[in-house]
Amino acid sequence: MSLTLISRRTAIKAGIGAAAAVQLGGLPARAAEPKRGGFARIATNDGSQTDSLDPITWPGSFTGSALGGALCNNLTEILPDRSVAGDLAESFEGSDKSRKWTFKLKPGLTFHNGKSLTADDVVAAMKHHMGPNTKSPAKAVLALVTDVKADDKATVVFTLSDSSPDLPYMLSDYHLPIMPAKADGTMDLSAPVGSGPFVMERWTPGMPAKMKRNPNYHKAKRPYLDEVEFIPIPDVTARTNALLTGEVHFSNNLDIKTLALLQRNPSVRVQRVPSTRHFSFDMNTQIAPFNNPDVRLALKYAIDREEIVKKVLLGNGTIGNDNNVARSMKFWAETPPQYSYDPEKSKEHLKRAGLTTLAVDLSVANAAFPGAIDAALLFKDQAARAGITINIVREPDDGYWSKVWRQKNFVGVDWYGRATVDWLYSTTLAKDAAWNDTKFEHARFNELLLQGRAESDEAKRAPIYAEMQKIVHDQGGLIIVAFADYINGVSNKLQFGEVGGIYPMDNFKLAERWWMA
Amino acid sequence: MPSPLRMILVRTVLGLGMLLPVSAVIFFAVSLLPGDYATEVLGQQATPESVARFRETLGLDTPVAQRYVAWLTHAVQGDLGKSYASHEGGARPVAGIIGERLLNTFFLAGVTASVAVPLAVGLGILIALYRDSWVDRLLNSATLAMISCPEFFLAYVLMLLLSVKLNLFYSLAMVDAGTPLSARLLRIALPVLTLTLVITAHMMRMTRTALISILSHPYIEMARCKGLSPSRIMLRHALPNAWAPIVNVIAFNLSYLVVGVVVVEVAFAYPGIGQTMVDAVRARDVPVIQACALIFAVTYIVFNLAADLIAIATNPRLMHAT
Repeated sequence: MSLTLISRRTAIKAGIGAAAAVQLGGLPARAAEPKRGGFARIATNDGSQTDSLDPITWPGSFTGSALGGALCNNLTEILPDRSVAGDLAESFEGSDKSRKWTFKLKPGLTFHNGKSLTADDVVAAMKHHMGPNTKSPAKAVLALVTDVKADDKATVVFTLSDSSPDLPYMLSDYHLPIMPAKADGTMDLSAPVGSGPFVMERWTPGMPAKMKRNPNYHKAKRPYLDEVEFIPIPDVTARTNALLTGEVHFSNNLDIKTLALLQRNPSVRVQRVPSTRHFSFDMNTQIAPFNNPDVRLALKYAIDREEIVKKVLLGNGTIGNDNNVARSMKFWAETPPQYSYDPEKSKEHLKRAGLTTLAVDLSVANAAFPGAIDAALLFKDQAARAGITINIVREPDDGYWSKVWRQKNFVGVDWYGRATVDWLYSTTLAKDAAWNDTKFEHARFNELLLQGRAESDEAKRAPIYAEMQKIVHDQGGLIIVAFADYINGVSNKLQFGEVGGIYPMDNFKLAERWWMA
Repeated sequence: MPSPLRMILVRTVLGLGMLLPVSAVIFFAVSLLPGDYATEVLGQQATPESVARFRETLGLDTPVAQRYVAWLTHAVQGDLGKSYASHEGGARPVAGIIGERLLNTFFLAGVTASVAVPLAVGLGILIALYRDSWVDRLLNSATLAMISCPEFFLAYVLMLLLSVKLNLFYSLAMVDAGTPLSARLLRIALPVLTLTLVITAHMMRMTRTALISILSHPYIEMARCKGLSPSRIMLRHALPNAWAPIVNVIAFNLSYLVVGVVVVEVAFAYPGIGQTMVDAVRARDVPVIQACALIFAVTYIVFNLAADLIAIATNPRLMHAT
């Protein structure tokens, strides 16, 4: 009995990035005016009986879209044009150099059970992720928040220990939905009740979630659909077939190998959304030989990113330049030169490091990123021509993120990116960041990070972040192979406008924003 | 006490006794896997402190042996515990998670068995009657080909031909508590077909072999001399003596239908117990894994016991052979 067909449940890694416009496969991009009504069935690539209503465990597409985007709201949301707007909040304002943030809630907000949504519920939702006893990985998002309190029924005030101009962006993180609070000030997780566009009709973890329209939703005209059902189908073939037979109207994470065949089908279209997701090979910059900057540069010139994108990703992505800020993000700066495949330059850098050859171990698994093993094999071949021997170590998928990532020195990684540069750097490259797998420690970089946070004038922030990106590009330990697209299959019966590329599935809000043709 | 009853008692006690080493082996094997519930549920988002907090809440920082004894103490009292996915306000008892899915699996197994067993035994009798003819050769090669293909391959081929191309059946066998019986049967048509193709070969060929070996006995030759028709000889004289090996194979395949169909369940997105077990192992949700392991062990024990009883009923000499 073979289990290879079961794709590993891809854990969404608390990603936010900037958005981008969507590309369709040959059909006009803009559809007509949204129409009311209809019943959409959405298939997701994950969802199992270990899911729960506690947002700290929301790992994937199913929980993010059904529970996060359809059942609940956050304080803020990120629009397709990458700007941040209030979701439950009507307005928000920073003061005291972004060390204090005041959010005013919209009037008349209610939960699905009729209870009013007040500032106390927001405070409870935030406190769920703060404090010494929380199990939440979103603790890092709220790390700078020292206090959150309700000034009155519609005002929430965050007090921070340091400046954070990006706090509104970070509050749209899908770990932070607002659910009703109990009398003791903790979150009530006993029933699926939120304030979102859809009311839960029935759901057992691992089974489809059937939801119907919330008539009292706080956004006029939304949602357009009358009913929606989210169906977890982990097997990619079953998910694709369900789309082809018309049993579902949307399938996420399609297999890139079957895209060409799918595009020929007249009843569905392939949706490619450029995102901040990127695939990289990360080096531990504190351990030999990677601690030598010339060795790192040698490896960066020894990889042919274009060939990997062409052969492994089948063209579904754009090559990286070892800067983990995506092109679509605010404050992205060009960081020349674009690393290209140059065995001669690679050998030159090796010589400067005092070596004639180099042998390293590269740990990969299917779980590292889709196509990681094939990419590593190509890399091995390409690097051999530069005199570098890469020994591929195939690690098991199971436990990859606990035993291989951040433990071994040269590994394949799948990053989901973040909405803002500050947040991205704080979690991935700052000195004590939990996910700083390259163990990057650069004094000037860390200095600039603090400067960037304290600066609220955008014109002054841009050069700070530009310099940081150059440092990462020149001296960092990330070899970013490519930025990937989200690839979904959409039936012609389902229509959409502009689509966000931060999270998959239109920033998880496709139930709210899409309509039936 | 009459011998069959004594046999049942002895076997039941032995069977229950087997559950203890089975549960221990699985518990310790899972504990050897890298990671635990805390690391798997947080995945790439794990931070050392959130993992530590999780472990503390679930009691995963206590030694393995201590955890096993705690689980065992509750299990013998009938308390299978709560899934690790429980949280404050949302307790998820294991029995609740497994209950509905187990019923789904039994339903699928039941429908498949009611189609496949008569088919396999019937075809087996047919080809034993017409052995070495073209029917025999055709059926033998066809069923062997089916059994040589991996189940997911068969599943996908059937899905492509019958669902996507010809639109005859649903490709998704997603049923829930509210689905009426007729809709259920329609939805599981393709999984039933796939599983039937997979298990028919074994039962059919065993039927054929058992019957052919019986047919070489002298009393069959006597029956022929008496002028009885071949079908009467087969059904009334040969088959009753051939049941013992046949029911053993049937029991084996029925156990497989309950325990081993995770691949077909995943391919058709059918909410059965196989997928539950695989998801639980992937998430290291130990209470659910242990409960599934116990259910699978009990399934095998019960089916094997039933098969032996039927065999003895048809051939009392076997009772003394055990």
